[in-house]
Amino acid sequence: MSDLEAFRRETRAWLEANAPKSLAGIPSNDIEGVWGGKKWVFDHPDKKLWLERMAEKGWTAPTWPVEYGGGGLSSAEAKILAQEMKALRLPAPLIGFGLTMIGPTLLRFGNEAQKQEHLPKICRGEIRWCQGYSEPGSGSDLASLQTKAVRDGDHFVINGTKVWTSYADEADWIFALVRNDASGKKQEGITFILIDMDDPGVSVSPILLISGKSPFCETHFKDVRVPVTNVVHEIGAGWTVAKALLGHERTMIADTFGVASTKARARGARGFLPELAASRTGEQDGRLADAVLRDQVAAFEMESRAFALTVQRTKDAARAGHQPGSESSMFKIYGTELNQRRYELMVRILGPDALGWEGPGFDETDLETTRDWLRSRGNTIEGGTSEVQLNIIAKHVLGLPA
Amino acid sequence: MELVLNEDQELIAKTALDFVAEHSPVSRFRALRDADDRLGYSQALYREMAELGWTGIAFAEEEGGAGMGLAELALVVEALGRKLAPEPFLGGIAMGGTALSLGASPALRSAWLPGVIDGSKVVALAHQEAGARYDLCAVKTRAEAAGDGFRLTGEKTGVLDAVGADAVIVPARTAGQPGDRAGLTLFLVETDRPGVSLERQVRVDHRNAAILRLDGVACGAAAVLGQPGEGADLLEAVIDRATVVLCAEMLGGMSEAFDLTVDYLKTREQFGVPIGSFQALQHRAARVYMEVELARSAVMAAARAVDAAGAGPLDADVRKLVSLAKARCSDAYVLATNEGVQLFGGVGMTDEYDIGFYMKRARAAELTFGDAAFHRDRWAMLGRY
Repeated sequence: MSDLEAFRRETRAWLEANAPKSLAGIPSNDIEGVWGGKKWVFDHPDKKLWLERMAEKGWTAPTWPVEYGGGGLSSAEAKILAQEMKALRLPAPLIGFGLTMIGPTLLRFGNEAQKQEHLPKICRGEIRWCQGYSEPGSGSDLASLQTKAVRDGDHFVINGTKVWTSYADEADWIFALVRNDASGKKQEGITFILIDMDDPGVSVSPILLISGKSPFCETHFKDVRVPVTNVVHEIGAGWTVAKALLGHERTMIADTFGVASTKARARGARGFLPELAASRTGEQDGRLADAVLRDQVAAFEMESRAFALTVQRTKDAARAGHQPGSESSMFKIYGTELNQRRYELMVRILGPDALGWEGPGFDETDLETTRDWLRSRGNTIEGGTSEVQLNIIAKHVLGLPA
Repeated sequence: MELVLNEDQELIAKTALDFVAEHSPVSRFRALRDADDRLGYSQALYREMAELGWTGIAFAEEEGGAGMGLAELALVVEALGRKLAPEPFLGGIAMGGTALSLGASPALRSAWLPGVIDGSKVVALAHQEAGARYDLCAVKTRAEAAGDGFRLTGEKTGVLDAVGADAVIVPARTAGQPGDRAGLTLFLVETDRPGVSLERQVRVDHRNAAILRLDGVACGAAAVLGQPGEGADLLEAVIDRATVVLCAEMLGGMSEAFDLTVDYLKTREQFGVPIGSFQALQHRAARVYMEVELARSAVMAAARAVDAAGAGPLDADVRKLVSLAKARCSDAYVLATNEGVQLFGGVGMTDEYDIGFYMKRARAAELTFGDAAFHRDRWAMLGRY
């Protein structure tokens, strides 16, 4: 028996012994997942137990080094862990930007003290993070950001506003891009810094979207004093850190849509969309009666599958030692456009039932679809617009001239 | 299923790309077309390819093959597709060869398969009749019982690589009506038999294709592949595998067409700058890039899934992957070449430039074994909706 087979057996045995049975089938999405943090309230005691056991094992961050609270697993072992968790229909014990964004960034760019301080707390779900990148005047042109960081002895004094800071109202810390120098090229003079949301001068106001309530906030900084030791990498080298982190963000977005389609598959033998289409628009001789809709549903399902296979191919290639390219841009574009198509298709299937905003006359699917459709329009804007991603592919993958 | 090439596969891919680039530039295809070459391919080069082991790559070792699978054959065919090499891998290997390997009796197998594998013989497969579109069971050609054997009468069209072939495998009705699944039987018909005639067709892609006419051709019972009356299952199993091979060829073609286009964007200057610096063109190119990447993943997955099924029947999940590959390749190849001609601009419309060849090949491949809409419908049917 190979080491990996042994690992698979041990992992399965451990999961069977330690995972609360009540959690099987619960998704680890934005709504059901455990984000952690000081303000977190568990909606189920077993989720708390599951987080504690997995954190103890280091498996909330399976591939991170053991000394920082991770599991120290190889990527092959981590894949096995994921497969075994999937086989038992177990949710991830912990989700959030600590694991997917700032953690990997600190592993790559952070100093030893920063890793020691922050990574174990992320792994245990004790601190919840949010991201401060965009500003009211800096959307796609992120490098034009203006939030000011003025040096005052061992501190930076920070003034400015960050926008689209998801879950800032529930986060404990924020990682932010600030401008320490406005004299040179705009990409220079940007610093990547970690800020405690409890610091005096930090305030948060939520943003209402076309889809209604949202996790987005504006975060304001008024004379916030942050120790210089909270700078990640070097002062003025924030753009390098930011670019690397945006890659993580796009991968996370792609993974999110992968998870969504897995969840959809689980809802019916024929898959979520075919079942919905069959129940709402009717069948004839065992097939969707509306042949045009059938074609659209099949096209969507097929492109989703080809997309998922492409994500898999990239991961397989990375495991085989191939250098990753700029695939994250492709995943960002394609994944978000697929998600939009999914909701366009659901609206078409629901017909007038998709018009519900709240209240009577609409069921839960109807009301969710309306909001999700509206929200999905932002997918191709947030995290770098599709057009910016196309620019990246043209320049960095195809080598087209500037 | 790992969607990454192993070391052996990397080597096969590299060898194939190098050989095709050296021995079969697109100018060779152009010369064959300009000469109205009857075969449309080079027998000598085909034998060289056979000596490299390409023709036998996916056949079992006990048959004289390399004992590998579609995953490896796909790499060779992708290289051929890159330079539009017209040697009969689709008609002769993927279609005829696969039919022999899946359906032939031991006697028929030993008589024909070694020649197919060493490249000395070509056996085509006549899956198409006029008006049948993509329905493999829309067969009017009849096989009437006559003594111990049969007499075949009918007409096939678009028979790939049939000109110059030594034999053609012919689906014919031993019972039932056109469109029926039951009652189809596959026969191996030697092309020099009385009553067999082949007429070369000239198609937009200039590949070897023919009308096959059968006028009371005598066939012994020993010429039957698979079970009499149950040929539909065998034919479908063969065409599913051949579809994956065609997809590999399409993947090579779209990749090359896209590379040509990107190179042109980098070198062609207008308004004093390379046209590839224009964002409108960059975004079009980036879109094509994504579709080619998705097509590649689908082809790799389909080839591996079919290989995992071995010689057995393909279940719905595997057949869905075949449809996925064909649908994605059809759409992506057509997109890559339509966009290619547009981005080349005026010269893209001239016969002098190669991009037009790829556009024609894309169309021919798209309309073989079912276009994207056909395979979306098949995907839905296999998914029970």
